[in-house]
Amino acid sequence: MGGFDLTLIWTSLPDLFSGLVVTLQLTVLTVIGGILLSVPLGILRTSPNKFISGPIWAYTYFFRGTPMLIQLFLIYYGLAQFKAVRASGVWFILRDGYWCCLIAFTLNTAAYTIEIVAGALRNVPLGDIEAARALGMSPFAILRRIKFPIALRILFPAYTNEVVFILQSTSLASLVTVMDLTGAARVVIARTFAPYEMFITIGVIYLILTYLTLWGFRGIEGRLYRHLKSHREVVSEVPLLR
Amino acid sequence: MALPAFLDLKGYGHLLIDGALITLSVGVAAMMVALALGILGALARLSGNRFLRGAGATYTTVIRGIPELVLMLLVYYGGTVLLQWLLSLGGAEVRVDINAFMAGTLVVGFVYGAYATEIFRGAFLSVPKGQSEAGQAFGMSNRQVFLRIELPQAWRLAIPGLGNLWLTLLKATSITSVIGVTELARQADLIKAPTHMPFTVFFIACIIYLAMTAVSDLARIRAERWASSGFRRS
Repeated sequence: MGGFDLTLIWTSLPDLFSGLVVTLQLTVLTVIGGILLSVPLGILRTSPNKFISGPIWAYTYFFRGTPMLIQLFLIYYGLAQFKAVRASGVWFILRDGYWCCLIAFTLNTAAYTIEIVAGALRNVPLGDIEAARALGMSPFAILRRIKFPIALRILFPAYTNEVVFILQSTSLASLVTVMDLTGAARVVIARTFAPYEMFITIGVIYLILTYLTLWGFRGIEGRLYRHLKSHREVVSEVPLLR
Repeated sequence: MALPAFLDLKGYGHLLIDGALITLSVGVAAMMVALALGILGALARLSGNRFLRGAGATYTTVIRGIPELVLMLLVYYGGTVLLQWLLSLGGAEVRVDINAFMAGTLVVGFVYGAYATEIFRGAFLSVPKGQSEAGQAFGMSNRQVFLRIELPQAWRLAIPGLGNLWLTLLKATSITSVIGVTELARQADLIKAPTHMPFTVFFIACIIYLAMTAVSDLARIRAERWASSGFRRS
């Protein structure tokens, strides 16, 4: 052995392609699940009532303060500890690595996104809200017509970064038997013992996916802000810290 | 050392404490690597030399586009094979074992060095140019301007970003468990079976991580207050 085996990369492409499909699936489903959870919870997080915002704070604090890897293990390995879970009708879901990944990734990204949404809502200029109130808009109408559109533009760059983070984090799925891009590469490596060819290949694929995502979101950003003459692009050219 | 009852875990609980200490060691060592690379990277990105600028930009762009897990596996397993191959060229048929702690620390440091590069770059750019010029006017060498004027102020400006970097880095050390570093996540993974309490074990690991991040967060707030003294309005 030795050198860089290009034929090996070529012959492994079908395996890697099916892995890529799983990676994209996990990413898209996690993004959707994350949005569904974090928009309502993000609104409630800004509630002045401590009994509403408090538990949501505790949830985001827990999930933002611990590694995603442990969260995944807590769900995948941990839930089996409880007889009630094993006996329940949803056990066939919770036993499956793929579903555990979806649950763990969604809970994780939702925790970060809730804080992004809540932060954006808090930064909507008060004057805009007062103006809407003076016009006699209902609280719901204010939320829908004033707060949401403005908050969306505020949170967009941070959320773009979050999506890139989800994309890269899905590689953890390979640790719980899921055949995502990383998992597929590890299977090929077990067969061929060519770790650096495979890891470099999938590294390049992740790199391309990351920058395609960033460019795609910059395109959306351009549309979101097109009414603002002096708009400067705010979605970063490279992924930032979460 | 006697552990509180909930941490006993059928006698395995002390392993989590051992793991937490390794997590902190990996974290601190990786943070040192990241800070050093961050300063060097920022200097490269801001230098007048086109090749240095290109190298700095390539470093941050590539590293941030690839998942930490993949980089970890690439360096550890790919590195082993590569070293073995290089040695076999010299005629030595040896089994190479890369030290997992070293490899893990370097990869985490390398990844977060890319983020630190951007933090320091922003910080250096925020030091008013007039101050460096004033230093030069006093006859200071470039080195002196850097060490006496630019770096001390860049540190101050970088502190909020670096605090955030540390919190993320500390959690990211859990990835080193996949190459066998016996830090907190790995220890939890190892004792989940003998204790028959996987949920309890991982939950307690979470609590330990939370304790570490909470203490770090307090330190970060203090550091930010220190860094902004003399600049804060109050």
